[in-house]
Amino acid sequence: MSTPSHSLSAPGTPGRVCGTTGLGVCLDAQRFIKLNAVAGIVFLLLGGIAALLLALTRWQTVHLLPVDWFYRILTFHGINMLILWILFFEIAILYFACTTPLNSRLFSRKIAWVSFGMMLTGAIMVDYIIIAGQADVMMTSYLPLLAHPLFYLGIILVAVGTLVGVFNFFATLYVAKRDQTYTGSVPIVTFGATAAAIIAVVTLLHGAVVMIPTFTYSMGWTPQPDPAWYRLIWWGLGHQSQQVNVCAMVSVWYLISHIVVGARPINEAVCRTAFVLYILFINLASAHHLLVDPAVGATWKIWNTSYAMYLAVLASMVHGFTVPAGVEIAMREKGYTSGIFGWVTALPWKNPAFSGTALSVVIFGFLGGITGVTLGTQQINIIAHNTLRIPGHFHVTVVGGTTLAFMALAYYVIPLIFQRDFIFRGVARLQPWLFGLGIVMLSFGMSFAGSMGVSRRSWDIDAQGVYGPAAHLWLGVLGLGGVLAFVGLLVFALLCVGTLFFGPKIEHRAMADWGTPPALAGSESGSLANDHYATKGTMVLVLVFLACFAVYYFANWKALADVWPVR
Amino acid sequence: MSLSPLTKPWFHAPAGHEKIWLGCAVLWCFVMSLMMPYWHFRGKQNSTGEAYTVKPADFLARTEKFVASNKVGTYKNTNHNALMPELPLVEPPAGGDAYLIGRMWHWYPALRLRMGETYRLHLSALDLQHGFSLQPINMNFQVLPGYDHVLTFTPTSKGEFTIVCNEFCGAGHHAMSGKIFVE
Repeated sequence: MSTPSHSLSAPGTPGRVCGTTGLGVCLDAQRFIKLNAVAGIVFLLLGGIAALLLALTRWQTVHLLPVDWFYRILTFHGINMLILWILFFEIAILYFACTTPLNSRLFSRKIAWVSFGMMLTGAIMVDYIIIAGQADVMMTSYLPLLAHPLFYLGIILVAVGTLVGVFNFFATLYVAKRDQTYTGSVPIVTFGATAAAIIAVVTLLHGAVVMIPTFTYSMGWTPQPDPAWYRLIWWGLGHQSQQVNVCAMVSVWYLISHIVVGARPINEAVCRTAFVLYILFINLASAHHLLVDPAVGATWKIWNTSYAMYLAVLASMVHGFTVPAGVEIAMREKGYTSGIFGWVTALPWKNPAFSGTALSVVIFGFLGGITGVTLGTQQINIIAHNTLRIPGHFHVTVVGGTTLAFMALAYYVIPLIFQRDFIFRGVARLQPWLFGLGIVMLSFGMSFAGSMGVSRRSWDIDAQGVYGPAAHLWLGVLGLGGVLAFVGLLVFALLCVGTLFFGPKIEHRAMADWGTPPALAGSESGSLANDHYATKGTMVLVLVFLACFAVYYFANWKALADVWPVR
Repeated sequence: MSLSPLTKPWFHAPAGHEKIWLGCAVLWCFVMSLMMPYWHFRGKQNSTGEAYTVKPADFLARTEKFVASNKVGTYKNTNHNALMPELPLVEPPAGGDAYLIGRMWHWYPALRLRMGETYRLHLSALDLQHGFSLQPINMNFQVLPGYDHVLTFTPTSKGEFTIVCNEFCGAGHHAMSGKIFVE
């Protein structure tokens, strides 16, 4: 051969054919998907143990941790959950999305090792220095709070390692296109992953801009960066990185709904445009964290917090329609046509990948999305900033949305990539429900306590003497929800790790079916391709969503109108 | 297909239910976009971010001067958790400037305000970042060292209000408090 081919079907390529899907799997990619996914789940478990301790401390009746350990563990929890678990798992998703769907092999094994090594080294450094008590600064490490230099260096290493992995992803896209391993445009899952990767690059560059001068300051080499500047740039990292999660999560929604019920996006042009809107406008959202800050004016706040007239919110509302609509069409084509919601009751609710995904869509949209846009409204932020309403919001986006979607994905990743069937499958079927319920309770507890003015990141509320029994009650709900969610997380981690060691091996056979709805007699795939009014159930659902959104949104304006005039 | 490449023709104009939903979503985004400018001009609660750079030592000097010329008494905190048992109680002139310092771990001084009067409240921090959180009314603003954050406030309810700190500022953060009395 005159030109090198990165096609999986080229002779001598380390690959295998999946016994379940018939798709090609690159063995290099498979190894790094395994490594990154396992590392991710380990950090998830560490962060989860921290979460349990925190929930049991904020539950005022239990009040478990002493004050210094509360803030230490809170820093540890934020870093492990929002940075380590998410980034490792996202790299695993990227390596999948650029190989199997494109019939391509991974660009470079060496680069993948470098990426993984840097990320892991950085992660261990950060975790060590936090537990050693040298970095009690919260995940945000707002200046002039100062941590040990290893804290910043560790984060920089994780960020650069992630960038190296993202480079491997883009390089694979390039060689796959060059060697024509596929024809046409990349599949929607790869497209969404590409959007996530592009946002990740912008995000991590913000991280470099803010973390490098902070690191040199902590070494005593340069003067202290300005605290307001730090907040602006840090949130270019902190907020956008969550949009990487959103992109990856939405890709997982498309992937699982396709694998389980055979759903396809009803209009690829529209949902791809929605991904582009994320890329273009999400970087404005750093402003969400500066809405009651000094030194940035009202015009700047209003324009940026709206993501330029809510174009990024529009994108999520498009996906929130397209994903269930795709499922509805697929189910109706399979013959589940009774009434408006007959297709919903026939869905495989006992399939943990499906139930996890469905819960992720509902929790992210109804709870996370509505609260996020409302709290991120410039003036409404006055009655929400730094209260428990904020973590009440992002625990239903990042955890109830992204983490639950990634858990759902693991119910296919482990059989298909690690080639072992799950142990205790009955328990696995319950896990997403348990975790979802716990997170929703946790979020309600936080949100209602926050509405009563209880602040986030506070060890104790009784010292102030201003919070009554209702606030204490909601902190109890927070605590109970945290315990339930932790049990759900622990069950997930034990199932995954147990399966890696003891799960029945799959070689040259299909994985055990979690449950997929069979096509009924007389049904025909593609029969609704040209019926644009076939998604009645989804239409009802999204209109209910819009009504909830409007009620919550205007109720908050009303609450704002009741506080003291201020400008 | 979600896992297979997209082939031509890839463009289909939205139609039917999808078109209806897109219309609803765009309209809703438009409504939300208009609400913020509307409230900026017609609403009474806004965060305009008015601020001036100031050295912490200068801000402390201004506050001390403000306290010396407007002190009306002493506030004794009876809460056994309080880190500052005593604070000067200061009443700024109606329509005038009031100064409030956030530092580890209390708000200085205690203020007495008149209902219905408007004050320019200058907020700054001397050490770390702090969060001005007025309870139980639940209004929250960020306080940064090096910035004089000016809020033009009009109290519209009487009573005793507690300023909680809601930005993490070390081991005493949870007990960092201050007082505003409105008469």
